[in-house]
Amino acid sequence: MSRSVSLIIASLLLASPVLAQDKKAPPRSYGIGQVATPAQIAGWDIDVRPDGAGAPPGKGSVKDGEKIYLDRCAACHGEFGESAGRWPQLAQGKGTLASNDPVKTVGSYFPYLSSVFDYVRRAMPFGDAQSLSNDELYAVVAFVLNLNDIVDDKFVLSKETWSQVKMPNENGFYDDDREKSEKAFWNSNPCMKDCRPPVKITGHAAVIDVTPEDKTPRKGGVE
Amino acid sequence: MTESNDDTRTSRRRFLTGAAGLAAAGATGAARAENPKNLPPNVAGWSKTLGDGVAVRPYGHPSQFEKGVIRRDVQWLTASRESSVSFTPLHELDGIITPNGLCFERHHSGIAEVNPDDYRLIIHGLVDKPLIFTLDDIKRLPRVNRIYFLECAANSGMEWRGAQLNGCQYTHGMIHTVQYTGVPLKLLLDQAGVKTNGKWLLVEGGDASGLDRSLPMAKALDDCLVAYRQNGEMLRPEQGYPVRLVVPGWQGNIWIKWLRRIEVGDKPWYTREETAKYTDLMENGKARKFTFVMDAKSVITSPSPQMPVKRKGFQVISGLAWSGRGKIKRVDVSLDGGRNWRTARIDGPVLDKCCVRFYAEAEWNGEPWLLQSRAMDETGYTQPSKDALRKIRGVNSIYHNNGIQTWALKANGEVENVEVG
Ligand code: HEC
Repeated sequence: MSRSVSLIIASLLLASPVLAQDKKAPPRSYGIGQVATPAQIAGWDIDVRPDGAGAPPGKGSVKDGEKIYLDRCAACHGEFGESAGRWPQLAQGKGTLASNDPVKTVGSYFPYLSSVFDYVRRAMPFGDAQSLSNDELYAVVAFVLNLNDIVDDKFVLSKETWSQVKMPNENGFYDDDREKSEKAFWNSNPCMKDCRPPVKITGHAAVIDVTPEDKTPRKGGVE
Repeated sequence: MTESNDDTRTSRRRFLTGAAGLAAAGATGAARAENPKNLPPNVAGWSKTLGDGVAVRPYGHPSQFEKGVIRRDVQWLTASRESSVSFTPLHELDGIITPNGLCFERHHSGIAEVNPDDYRLIIHGLVDKPLIFTLDDIKRLPRVNRIYFLECAANSGMEWRGAQLNGCQYTHGMIHTVQYTGVPLKLLLDQAGVKTNGKWLLVEGGDASGLDRSLPMAKALDDCLVAYRQNGEMLRPEQGYPVRLVVPGWQGNIWIKWLRRIEVGDKPWYTREETAKYTDLMENGKARKFTFVMDAKSVITSPSPQMPVKRKGFQVISGLAWSGRGKIKRVDVSLDGGRNWRTARIDGPVLDKCCVRFYAEAEWNGEPWLLQSRAMDETGYTQPSKDALRKIRGVNSIYHNNGIQTWALKANGEVENVEVG
């Protein structure tokens, strides 16, 4: 075998574990990609965790937040967080989660302050993302908390006061338990014959009539 | 402009109160008429004259006669089209691959138009060496090709309280299946070197919603891809051009589009998208969290409300089945609302966490049919009835409705979404 052919084979062998996605193969460095600088990372690293890790410097009061909220948020979310039209509702809904008409809001459903703060920081106001200063962000989130009776009118939100905020529904969640609670669905021998009494139609989509007029032909061709 | 499906007659209030309206949903279908001049013994115009030459259509489109095969939305669902969803026309498709232009869309701040030269992916956090990649860098790395389904966790979410939307495009159209080309996420993480306490990743999109989710490390190292192609060509902007995350078998929300950042951490972040949204509220007011896996599910795509039966006699019943837990093992079909079942024929590839196409053949002579399909995956999980799901979960969970769908076929060939008891 010529030297060049054996070199090619050697390099193919080197590459093969990755292509086969062999999970046991030792990681290989390809020398591709640059080291990310702290400044590059800082510009994009805006996530915040429940313990406040990642929260920026700054602070904002409920009082300052009210003004910002009325200017930048209320047109969609309503003056009191009640929603203007069909935009998401941000306040009220306490005690509705087990009802027939659950209303999920920052106060009734969000488990952590960070879940709201991280979201507003990256995504709100809708269509003008990342336009709030850190102080404005703290203030407007403080105001949304206040709309939900989670903090009082005098509250000032900052990294220092972060842990004082207790969200009412923090304990409202549990890990996916389908493999236990829905174990009965693992049934590889389902009934094939006479599985139930004759079937009755109990509801019709056409009667509810909320399907868009989409111009698809729906008439059967049968006389 | 695509065809609009504005429906000013339909208000959300009427949906909520369930008030009966005219049962004329979409009965305005423009039937295509035959032209005797094109039929034998006559010779059609296209058999006598030249058509368009090559490259007149440099990027080809479907035939002008297939204009109705489009994504559609339901405008009353959301306040704005920038944070909304459009649905795949499943009833018009066969096989398992979704054409790129028909893949359903779900955006949270519209379609980001990312310039590929300015695309960057940063990997940082609990790593030995934080890295930044260009698109060219990612394309230089070893790559793989994998076909997976992507289903939104809210697919069929409107149907928890009963039959609502008349068409599998609307009831099941938040799913698509394409072949992805991309780099295993594990390979990229290896370049940065994950520290031993790195247990979760924050994966984040580069659109104006900056959608961020927590992804467990075990899944990241197992089968996730950082993909840049779908069905051979570069990702469509709607699907996250130039780079998206592929998280096989898991809910679509975590398949981050316009992927810009991956941070390695030791705990989940509990972002809004995995707390306020994409948690499943049970009857007792508590909610399941991190319900990533999409359970086995199936739907008959033809006949279906938008694909009525035209003639009596022999019928091919056709549908899709999929499971986030692995391969589909079997699909059963019922014509009598689940009393009796027959096993359908699966045709085409049967792949891990991918749709299969199934067929069942039957004679129909105008008798009422209640069509159902039931998927089973290789773990033995069998798709439950809607009532069996409701018994455990109630009707408030929005997400993960994988209950068995029923279509009623009437004597005139019309098909309707119904609820059976
Ligand atoms: C133009 C309308 C608009 C404006 C202005 C706006 N929002 Fe929003 N907001 C939205 C929409 C739309 C969503 C949901 C987006 C989605 O889910 O993709 C949303 C979601 C939210 C949520 C999450 C709600 C939930 O239950 O998950 C919060 C919190 C929020 N906005 C806060 C704010 C704040 C604070 C401001 C002002 C700084 C603001 N919004 C301005 C439209 C708006």
